[in-house]
Amino acid sequence: MTPLMRILDRGSVIFLAVLAAATILIPLLNLALPETSLFHVPTYLVALFGKYVCYAILALSIDLIWGYVGILSLGHGAFFALGGYAMGMYLMRQIGTRGVYANPILPDFMVFLNWPELPVFWYGFQHLPYALLMVVLVPGALAFVFGWFAFRSRVTGVYLSIITQALTFALLLGFFRNDFGFGGNNGLTDFKDILGFNVQAQSTRASLFALSCIALAIGFLICRALVTSKFGKMLVAIRDAEPRTRFLGYRAESYKVFVFTLSACMAGVAGALYVPQVGIINPSEFSPANSIEAVIWVAVGGRGTLIGAVIGAILVNYAKTTFTSGPLAPYWLFMLGGLFVAVTLLLPRGVVGTWQWWTQKRRALAAAKTPAAPPTTQAAE
Amino acid sequence: MRALPDRLVALLFALAIALTAPAFAQPAPAADPPAAAEPAAPALTGLAGALAHFLEDDFAETDTGIGEVAATADPRAATIIEALQDGRLSFSAEEKKVFYKDASGNLIDALSGAPVAAEPADLSDVRLNNRVRRALDAAIGGLSLQAREPAKRLQSAEAVFKSREGSVLPALDAAIAKETDAKIKQAMVEARAAVIINSEDASEVDKLTAIGVVRARGDQEALNLLAGLPAGSPASVQRAARDAVASMQSKLAAWATVQNAWYGLSLGSVLLLAAIGLAITFGVMGVINMAHGEMVMIGAYVTFMVQEYIRTSSPALFDYSLLIAVPIAFVVAGLIGILIEQSVIRFLYGRPLETLLATWGISLILQQAVRTAFGPTNREVGAPSWMSGTFSVGQINITYGRLWIILFTMAVFVGLLGLLRFTRMGLEMRAVTQNRSMAASMGIRTARVDALTFGLGSGIAGIAGVALSQIDNVSPNLGQGYIIDSFLVVVFGGVGNLWGTLVAALTLGIANKFLEPFAGAVLAKIAILVFIILFIQKRPRGLFALKGRAVEA
Repeated sequence: MTPLMRILDRGSVIFLAVLAAATILIPLLNLALPETSLFHVPTYLVALFGKYVCYAILALSIDLIWGYVGILSLGHGAFFALGGYAMGMYLMRQIGTRGVYANPILPDFMVFLNWPELPVFWYGFQHLPYALLMVVLVPGALAFVFGWFAFRSRVTGVYLSIITQALTFALLLGFFRNDFGFGGNNGLTDFKDILGFNVQAQSTRASLFALSCIALAIGFLICRALVTSKFGKMLVAIRDAEPRTRFLGYRAESYKVFVFTLSACMAGVAGALYVPQVGIINPSEFSPANSIEAVIWVAVGGRGTLIGAVIGAILVNYAKTTFTSGPLAPYWLFMLGGLFVAVTLLLPRGVVGTWQWWTQKRRALAAAKTPAAPPTTQAAE
Repeated sequence: MRALPDRLVALLFALAIALTAPAFAQPAPAADPPAAAEPAAPALTGLAGALAHFLEDDFAETDTGIGEVAATADPRAATIIEALQDGRLSFSAEEKKVFYKDASGNLIDALSGAPVAAEPADLSDVRLNNRVRRALDAAIGGLSLQAREPAKRLQSAEAVFKSREGSVLPALDAAIAKETDAKIKQAMVEARAAVIINSEDASEVDKLTAIGVVRARGDQEALNLLAGLPAGSPASVQRAARDAVASMQSKLAAWATVQNAWYGLSLGSVLLLAAIGLAITFGVMGVINMAHGEMVMIGAYVTFMVQEYIRTSSPALFDYSLLIAVPIAFVVAGLIGILIEQSVIRFLYGRPLETLLATWGISLILQQAVRTAFGPTNREVGAPSWMSGTFSVGQINITYGRLWIILFTMAVFVGLLGLLRFTRMGLEMRAVTQNRSMAASMGIRTARVDALTFGLGSGIAGIAGVALSQIDNVSPNLGQGYIIDSFLVVVFGGVGNLWGTLVAALTLGIANKFLEPFAGAVLAKIAILVFIILFIQKRPRGLFALKGRAVEA
């Protein structure tokens, strides 16, 4: 079995094929067809799907640590939002003189707050490569420091979940402050263009959607490569019996720090792709409720399945869009709350997990039946 | 005692007028009124004499007149002064009478208080300028110094202390002489000292004594007063003031520390109240109940409903509404807790992370249910009379509400401690906390202990809600504000015993309040969060962790 075959099992190939089809078809149906056409995809839907794909990347990053290493982070939204803020800062610098105060350097909110000059941590964000670096580096660095402290002192389980929640809560409070330098309550918004293209334009939205899909595919491949390798087996071993793995001589904390950091970087990328598509980033993205909601996407899809995380994110968010925009809007929280309870109680494996379990069981049953059949069949197989 | 000669003059002057005035005013029964008016004469003459100044149409005379009217201590004086302030006072030079218009616009003779039928031909307003207005303000202050209500007298003494208006000194002296309430008298003496320090013609000795009085008062106002000494003060006075300021500042700093500690204690007890139920559940069952905040919220809504019921059925019981709400909230929240445990949590044992998610879902449902039933807006929960108001100890103000919450928290804590220590259920709970499987082997029905523990934890959250309804907005989001803090208290304190929770809650509360003056509320909170995140690296199981192999799970 070559490494490539190991990574690309049948499910992955189908998933990537569907994703590739969406990457090509949705922008094509949006751009090439006239609006009157039956198959035309309206631009708002492209933006909506783009949002879902970003959520799917976030879900993938959570599945990597929760599904395979058993780290339940209730603060992954923090990394998502940090990546988003890094991108938002680039987009703010691109506004230039088109802002309300027409200041070539300072974003509007800084002019409004009478800031004399750009704070040092805003330097360099006018260059996209630097901003993209920060999109990965800032969440990664925070996750590394946090993980290094937490995992080395063996903070696990519920304790870890609580302090990840405290982490995102602290960031939420901080980013709400005006003197923090990130636009306070209003966050960053009124973006004009990205790399010279108007962020509102139809073609830009279609390209961003396609980019998000490609990022999802790359993220998926990285995760697959990781979890199907020997390294991945180690992760599962840590999840199932951390003390035993440690007694066998493996440094469990190093594995955990690495995966946690990688996952945070992925979440940062998701946030960076999310911001230009929704046009705003504000501190509410840090709210602990957002992070917990992202966890339930993974639970719905099935943790430890990767594809399940993607499907769960899209399913739950599609349901959210449908319900919150209709007459059932006041009942959405009942639905969401019920989903939390129902999935943990009735569907602990999630949709994809249950499907995998069921097909495996069927195969095992079939295998168990074969000895009863004439021995010739077995030989023929 | 400068007032005495003034008043003497006024009295003599008024006497003279009173004797002559009736002759002009009431020509017909000229002979007998003086004799008839004899018993009431002093007050009447005093006012009449003072009023005569208003007839001159001269600002200086008006000024004097105001002082004299105020000094008469006549019940009509306040009406007249107020009329003058509102520009409703007028006079007739021909009739030598002063009039005012009452609220309904009738012209009334200021002296007799009788309505006037025919308006005099030469009626004109008593005019005001800034100097007169200042005198008026002082006169009003002086008049209320002798008001019948003690609260008003105290208030005006405080007002004089702040304004340091020299012209009220006579009124102040008179008030001090009459005052019987020691506290008000003290306030008046302090006010007098404030006036003397700022007056130009007071002697140096008087001023030094006054500084002593103000120094003894020792609060922020006193500090401001002594720091802002008038420029021309003698050197000895300035030195005394500087000494006083220095000593008062250090005393005030000490009091500020005490005040912060008190606020911290108050915040800590709120945290303790919110977290203690969570700590028990977490200790016994190893699960974090994310719906704990919603139990607090339910307790607050129970309080609201109890108060609504009392308001409509028997308002007399309103003062007892909180006492009635406590057991009801305990039972309601406790039953909901047991229901949650029986329907959801008991199926998730051994999967603490899933429990966390499921209880989060429950919290969303409960929030939305309350929002649907009661609406998203804040509900009004009133404070019973014994919980409202403040008293001061030294330089700090203590609200009764906060004090009761601290006492209530202590009672809940002690009660819970007793329950764990002395009852069979407490024993079983401690056994399950320490070693679940061993407890089960000994015949303890752990499933029952779990259900009761969860009910108890939720019930305590419910009574926490009763207390928090007094200091926070009762809205569906009430619980969300406390949940993260409660988690941190539990994580910080560890699950070993309740003392850990107590120490953690009070430490966090006090640390928060001491950081606030330096860093602001938000940064203080962030600092605390970061501290806990770092602390838990050092002691992953909290301050008071259980020791032994059973905990390693």
